[in-house]
Amino acid sequence: MAFKGEIVIDKERCKGCAVCVGACPNQVIELSKNVNGKGYNYAEAVKDACIGCTSCAIVCPDGVISVYKVKL
Amino acid sequence: MNTDIVKPENLVYSRTKVLTDATMHYCPGCGHGTTHRIVAEVIEELGIQDSTVGVAPVGCSVLAYNYFDVDFQEAAHGRAPALATAIKRLNPHLSVFTYQGDGDLAAIGTAETIHAANRGENITMIFVNNGIYGMTGGQMAPTTLVGMKSATTPYGRRVDLNGYPLRITEILATLPGTCFVSRQSVHTPAAVRKAKKAIRQAFENQQQKKGLSFVEIVSNCNSGWKMTPVQANKWMEENMFPNYPIGDIKVDGKIVEGIGTDRLVVDHPLTVVQ
Amino acid sequence: MAKELKLMKGNEAIAQAMIASGTDGYFGYPITPQSEVMETLMAEKPWETTGMVVLQAESEVASINMVYGGAATGKKVATSSSSPGISLMQEGLTYLAGAEIPCLVVNVMRGGPGLGTIQPSQSDYFQSTKGGGHGDYQLFTLAPASVQEMYDFVFEAWDIAFKYRNPVLILSDGAIGQCMEKLYTRDNVPRWSEEKRREMAPWGTWGKPATRGHNIITSLELDSAKQEVFNHKLQAKYKEMKEKESRYEEIQCDDAEYLFVAYGSSSRISMKAVQLAREKGIKAGLFRPITLFPFPEKALAQRAKQVKGILSVEMSAGQMVEDVRLATGCSVHVEHFGRLGGMIPTPNEVLEALENQIIKGK
Repeated sequence: MAFKGEIVIDKERCKGCAVCVGACPNQVIELSKNVNGKGYNYAEAVKDACIGCTSCAIVCPDGVISVYKVKL
Repeated sequence: MNTDIVKPENLVYSRTKVLTDATMHYCPGCGHGTTHRIVAEVIEELGIQDSTVGVAPVGCSVLAYNYFDVDFQEAAHGRAPALATAIKRLNPHLSVFTYQGDGDLAAIGTAETIHAANRGENITMIFVNNGIYGMTGGQMAPTTLVGMKSATTPYGRRVDLNGYPLRITEILATLPGTCFVSRQSVHTPAAVRKAKKAIRQAFENQQQKKGLSFVEIVSNCNSGWKMTPVQANKWMEENMFPNYPIGDIKVDGKIVEGIGTDRLVVDHPLTVVQ
Repeated sequence: MAKELKLMKGNEAIAQAMIASGTDGYFGYPITPQSEVMETLMAEKPWETTGMVVLQAESEVASINMVYGGAATGKKVATSSSSPGISLMQEGLTYLAGAEIPCLVVNVMRGGPGLGTIQPSQSDYFQSTKGGGHGDYQLFTLAPASVQEMYDFVFEAWDIAFKYRNPVLILSDGAIGQCMEKLYTRDNVPRWSEEKRREMAPWGTWGKPATRGHNIITSLELDSAKQEVFNHKLQAKYKEMKEKESRYEEIQCDDAEYLFVAYGSSSRISMKAVQLAREKGIKAGLFRPITLFPFPEKALAQRAKQVKGILSVEMSAGQMVEDVRLATGCSVHVEHFGRLGGMIPTPNEVLEALENQIIKGK
């Protein structure tokens, strides 16, 4: 069974630690070249390859990632 | 954003409501944030938000009380287990947990830690060990590795000057008052899942009045170690884990099979940081 | 009220009063000369009757922090110790005061400094009334002078502690702790119900219902401007205590020309000295502060107007005498007399001191 996911990142709360970047099995996440209000290069999804595995969200120290998932 | 997917009914993960909306003051990538979150998730899953009292330490997590949406007390440095002892004894229906760092729990508060464990207090203790005093600016902790540099061991920790890294978790496992003693980490998705399972076990044991449950989280200190968060997690795997092996040490009052006396009674450091 | 006459030690009276006043918990560590407090509690087993928790902690440091933890849940929690142990508790006391937690601490004083002696002394007055720990805070300090007061003040302490959300200290000494006297006990006050606890301590960490935000007990405020506002609030509370709660006793003061000012054991000795003085034709009286903080400064200043001199009698090198001088504003001759290191003055010594230091020395 295949899944498709989508992450929503609260970019203003993101501190750009990049722990989620390495946790994603499909390399969906990178740090933005832009900065948020705190001056951090926040995490953002750069590919449409999310499978909704929640790995990024559960390693995020600041709990800024919400994950949505549907069956295909 | 794909609005076909981002709908409430498709939500599979979001920040637990047992955390407040306050932005945590921790440095980027700090394991405290993740540890807070999984403790809060366990409280939510067990349905005990209205009957949980936490005790915060002095150190980086001194403001933990701002982040958990449960009643909270802030202890004097090292005294959290003493507070928790009284909270629990006077209010046996509450789930009581302490949250402490290595300086708080294993240096200034060693006596309170050992005696709460030895009395078998029915509480849950969360211990975050990053081998350094983060808040005061990166000084040596009781758990600083041999050879590891800190603000007060600028040339590396020396056994002849500073003694050995203290493995208090192993010490606690030898006490009859502890029911569950586990060491985990929160730097990868798999590690977080295991750590959360251990923390859940630690809270469930308390509900079942089994004695003291203790979960150490070996964590990072990017600022103190002077590394990026990702580098720090790698350094932690390579240097902290050999000295502080991950896994359950004591389950249901029994030392886990295969953990020999060399783990519980260590007279030399396992590795030296170069 | 069904009063019952009993004979017991001051330390036993403290323990019995804790049980009778509906105290929820006691956490302590043995130290001479107050160990009978916990020994009595352990022998009485109140956990089988009132449900009171009693625990022997690993240290005084742990004891006071157990008080902090338990009392912050809105329960009536107490500890007791003697001077060196009370020194160890100072950190906890400043946290308790800073977090505004009602609780009861009993100090059965012995002589210092350091390990000192196990004999009675009153040399912890400064520690009790001028801080002890760090920061601008005060403990409400009651000074019993009899076994009866040891008992009664425990009941009063709970009223004061919860009225003002402040730690209360009963400052006793080894003489009152160890001596046996008759006392009238009271009927047991039931421990508070869960509802009563929540009503008395809405700020307590007793588990957050959905109907309120989380309660936080802390003494930390990183924003100095807010910390200053909080400190002013504490000071206003201490001022209110001064205005409303100062307590004292006056003995043969109406026609007094000379005044002893003494509290606790020293006041008992001075009471006899008043009698001896009057037998010699010296019109002496005794002013006994019952609250050491708030010090009954207005009442003492008023009484000082009529006298020719004041002798502050303490088993110390002269601590309360500073408050006596501040209260009287140098309007009258004030001297100190004391014995140190666990030595107890006799009434004759006290009278002699009055004659030599005040009457002749004027």
